[in-house]
Amino acid sequence: MTLRVDLPEETLAGVLAKAFGNRSFLIGLIITLLVVAVALLSFVWTPYDVTRLVIADKTQAPSWAHWFGTDHFGRDILSMIMVGARNSIAVALVAVGIGMGIGVPLGAVAAARGGIVDEALMRLNDLVFAFPALLSAIMITAIFGPGAVNAIIAIGIFNIPVFARVARAGALAIWPREFILAARAAGKGMTQITVEHILPNIATLLLVQGTIQFALGILAEAGLSYVGLGAQPPMPSWGRMLFDAQTRMVTAPWMAIFPGMAIVITVLGLNLLGDGIADILDPKSRRRR
Amino acid sequence: MTAYLLKRIIIAALTLVLASIVVFAVMEILPGDPARLMLGLNASADQVEVLRNQMGLNAPLVLRYLHWAGGLLSLDFGRSYTYSVPVIDLVRERIVVSLPLALIALALSTIIAIPIGVFSASRQGRAGDTLVMGAAQLGVAVPNFWFALMLIYLFAVWLRLVPAGGFPGWSAGIWTALKSLLLPAVALALPQAAILGRVARSALIEVLNEDYIRTARAKGLPYRAVLWRHALRNAMIPVLTILGLQFAFLLAGTIIIENVFYLPGLGRLIFQAITQRDLIVVEGIVMLLVAAVILINLLVDFSYAIVDPRLRAIPGKVRSGFPSGIAPKQILRAVQRFRETRNRSRGRQ
Amino acid sequence: MKLWKTILAAAMLSLAAATSAFAARTDLTLGIVLEPPHLDPTAGAAAAIGEVTYANVFEGLTRIDDNGQVQSGLAESWAVSDDGKVYTFKLHSGVKFHDGSAFSADDVKFSLDRARAKDSLNPQKQLFAHITDVTAVDPATVKVSLDGPQGSFLSDMGQVAAVIVAKASANGNKDKPIGTGPFKLDHWAKGSEITLVKNPDYWGTPAALDKATFRIVPDAAAAVPALLSGDIQAFANMPAQDALEQLQSDPRFSVVIGSTEGETILSINNKKPPFDKLAVRQALASAIDRSAVIAAASNGLGKPIGSHFSPGDAGYVDLTGVYPHDIAKAKEYLKEAGLENGFSATIKLPPVPYARDGGQVIQSQLKDIGVNLQIIPVEWAEWLSQVFTNKDYDLTIVSHVEPNDIDIYSRPGYYFQYDNPKFNDVIKELGTTVDKDKRLELLGEAQKILAHDVPAVYLFELPKIGVWDAKLQGMWTNWSIEADDLTKVKWTD
Repeated sequence: MTLRVDLPEETLAGVLAKAFGNRSFLIGLIITLLVVAVALLSFVWTPYDVTRLVIADKTQAPSWAHWFGTDHFGRDILSMIMVGARNSIAVALVAVGIGMGIGVPLGAVAAARGGIVDEALMRLNDLVFAFPALLSAIMITAIFGPGAVNAIIAIGIFNIPVFARVARAGALAIWPREFILAARAAGKGMTQITVEHILPNIATLLLVQGTIQFALGILAEAGLSYVGLGAQPPMPSWGRMLFDAQTRMVTAPWMAIFPGMAIVITVLGLNLLGDGIADILDPKSRRRR
Repeated sequence: MTAYLLKRIIIAALTLVLASIVVFAVMEILPGDPARLMLGLNASADQVEVLRNQMGLNAPLVLRYLHWAGGLLSLDFGRSYTYSVPVIDLVRERIVVSLPLALIALALSTIIAIPIGVFSASRQGRAGDTLVMGAAQLGVAVPNFWFALMLIYLFAVWLRLVPAGGFPGWSAGIWTALKSLLLPAVALALPQAAILGRVARSALIEVLNEDYIRTARAKGLPYRAVLWRHALRNAMIPVLTILGLQFAFLLAGTIIIENVFYLPGLGRLIFQAITQRDLIVVEGIVMLLVAAVILINLLVDFSYAIVDPRLRAIPGKVRSGFPSGIAPKQILRAVQRFRETRNRSRGRQ
Repeated sequence: MKLWKTILAAAMLSLAAATSAFAARTDLTLGIVLEPPHLDPTAGAAAAIGEVTYANVFEGLTRIDDNGQVQSGLAESWAVSDDGKVYTFKLHSGVKFHDGSAFSADDVKFSLDRARAKDSLNPQKQLFAHITDVTAVDPATVKVSLDGPQGSFLSDMGQVAAVIVAKASANGNKDKPIGTGPFKLDHWAKGSEITLVKNPDYWGTPAALDKATFRIVPDAAAAVPALLSGDIQAFANMPAQDALEQLQSDPRFSVVIGSTEGETILSINNKKPPFDKLAVRQALASAIDRSAVIAAASNGLGKPIGSHFSPGDAGYVDLTGVYPHDIAKAKEYLKEAGLENGFSATIKLPPVPYARDGGQVIQSQLKDIGVNLQIIPVEWAEWLSQVFTNKDYDLTIVSHVEPNDIDIYSRPGYYFQYDNPKFNDVIKELGTTVDKDKRLELLGEAQKILAHDVPAVYLFELPKIGVWDAKLQGMWTNWSIEADDLTKVKWTD
């Protein structure tokens, strides 16, 4: 989670060598790829059909037939976790996309123009930041109705100021650099400089922040689904599975244990990946770690 | 300096006004008629209309906003539609649950995080550090409501040591009341502690690299003494600054946890109020929380101003007010780090 | 070693005997799922208001007992004129409100006039719609005139919203309820619990309990541990159905499954295509497997119903076999309606487990006949405005908990959008029929029309799952009205 802007000027081979020597990065990458693979696999195969309710098989403990047990509708929990991964990834990914798509241009403009534009944009940022995120997400979904799309919007909105700040901070550090001065001397406009020089130079920063927001998005989606405001049935979602499990903690604890572990592992993987990327690209990381 | 502070105050006030407009507007477009909800299935349209008039829901929009916003200034948040008592009374009743809960969670998180940070920093890069920081990584990844469920299962259902939920009230005795806040506080504290532990570690490592620490070491002071007496004291400042900032978020962040443990706190109140369309309660509490965040941000901005060297050069500077031997730039760095870390912690409220 | 154990056991037994030889305990903590928004049953529809206050704090002229029978309340007796239009109530004497003021015929006149006034906010205003005049003949006699004979009038006067309040305290009842009942409000810790204490000046048989606390436990997960630890000694209706087996096998608890007046139905918007076609509604009825819905939505405890009528009530006809679960037949019905390829529709589900869980099962079942349902979860506020008021819905699941409410299908503008002249005639005749046998016959007729015409798919009667300490006596088995009447509740041994 670093925001250092002194970018490494290293060769690709050097970076790769460092990457494979970095434990965080490797473990994070493996976990993340695994989760993505499971989500993709669920499109073509799951052990059981998750839209099929088999009431006769309800709340069965883990067994060979159902590795993670069944829920109160007799659905296979392993299959639901697999399909739920899709939902979590999709929601978090699009929310990050919204945050980057709107936040980065805002931050870049603020840095490029400065003055009143910068001030106004940053004050707008403060306004959004002043609202407790989950509370606001609950209000947004209460207004527009629960569902995956509205959950994405609710989470996405709160990603905007995050990326705006990161992009602005990164860009501000680059503007005074010599090669920018050279570009300005060559008569390039602000937009052109931003696109050609600033953005490529803050891309790694954004990548690190993106990974972290992605992990946060998964947690936020789980929280929203848990209070019943995320993806709706029959689409399984991890947070919703935990909600269903809550009243059955005494009789069917497996309904809570496995979806929760899925969330923990996924978020852990993404956080490790983010830290790993930051370490690899941060020249000072050796000293700090 | 004064001009700078004045500017910050004006900006904070403007943000507050803007926030109140946003909150009011949002509540306006929320579907559902609170009057119909109160009267139920068998009430006629005329009856609903009568009640709407009584509740003042039929007045013009701007008038209603001004009336509400004017009340806020004198801490008059209006009367709850469902409970028909002043909102501020409800808040007062609920805050005696939420505030202690947030404070206990904060205390717990500090108690866990500091030793972790010290331990890791003193063993930087060694197996112990890796292990503890790995655990911290895990802690950051755990959704607090799931952790809460696991705690309930273990301590309330299986071991039956503490109640699984509910709050008997402070009148039932301090110990009984505290007992029912214990699990929720642990559930809130652990993920926070994981974040704080990581911050404490890097703050300590930075302090340990400072010249005066080297000097102390050079003077022959044992490593432990340097670590605990000098380094930790200085690293505490960033940690405390972050704690203060996390506090506002913890207050709001108890929504889900209060629902899991069924605690009659602010979070539960606001959740109920949203589903019951008790708009005036929602508006009041959101504004209260927003005001808390803005106020704390303002205080942070002030501390920026106090330590910022450019501002210090201005005549009539404010004395830093920090005990000697503590580098104010620690705070600056801590605030920056917090701003980064906050993004990380926001999602888990 | 063994001897020691025996001695110890004996000592403990005698100790236990000694303790129980003292007076039986007189306090009770009950769990309730929803907190009442306020405590005035004449001003709010929330069922929780009645749960706490009915018969405990507030009383009506008549009262409804556990089995739905009308008993005397504040009126000790009554006489009905020959034309069935005038009821003369003889009131109990020596009745006092909790604030010490005396109860008299004027309070009855005030309460009924207030409830039927033009600007009345009474949630059950229709109970009073037929009253044309209320006269206080003398302090102990009230004459109520109706615009025609009303078969259900005495039962109506025993409903939660028909309780008698005093003029001086009526407006403060939301926060400080002043009734005539055997309990009065002691303290209300909002969001946590409501405590009632015995009214020492009660006019009738005093309550056995000195103190009754209603603790709000909306979370099913917290309900079971609270019972097990003894924090709560009774749940009139237990939210955690899944843990029932565990409680049933525990000798410390009585688990009593009773009935409610809650007909849980799949409501259909009868004017909205394609649901305006009978064949489509018949297809839905045939495609839905009640037993699976009951298993998932009420843990197998609900009683299946085939029409809008509670199986526990007099006049019930079993019509669950009219449209048996039959996929092939359901597809035929769809073909008949010209929709052999199925169609898509939405189902709006309010935030109650029976609806949210039942909806998922029905969604899965209707998929088998090519009907794709999109689930839209709504909060009660949205349900009321979108479904109930604006009729903006295709299907919804809801439990109609008002007793004897089969007439809702004849109400103009009701959210079913159902209009069947034949059915309306039956209900009209029922309203003016006082003869008991004739009434039952008409009720049977009405049930049959609904069962065949499918204005809604009838699923099950909500069960009342009572769980309480085995030493507790006098709790209601059934919910003929949603009330936790504590007047006869006591601890034994």
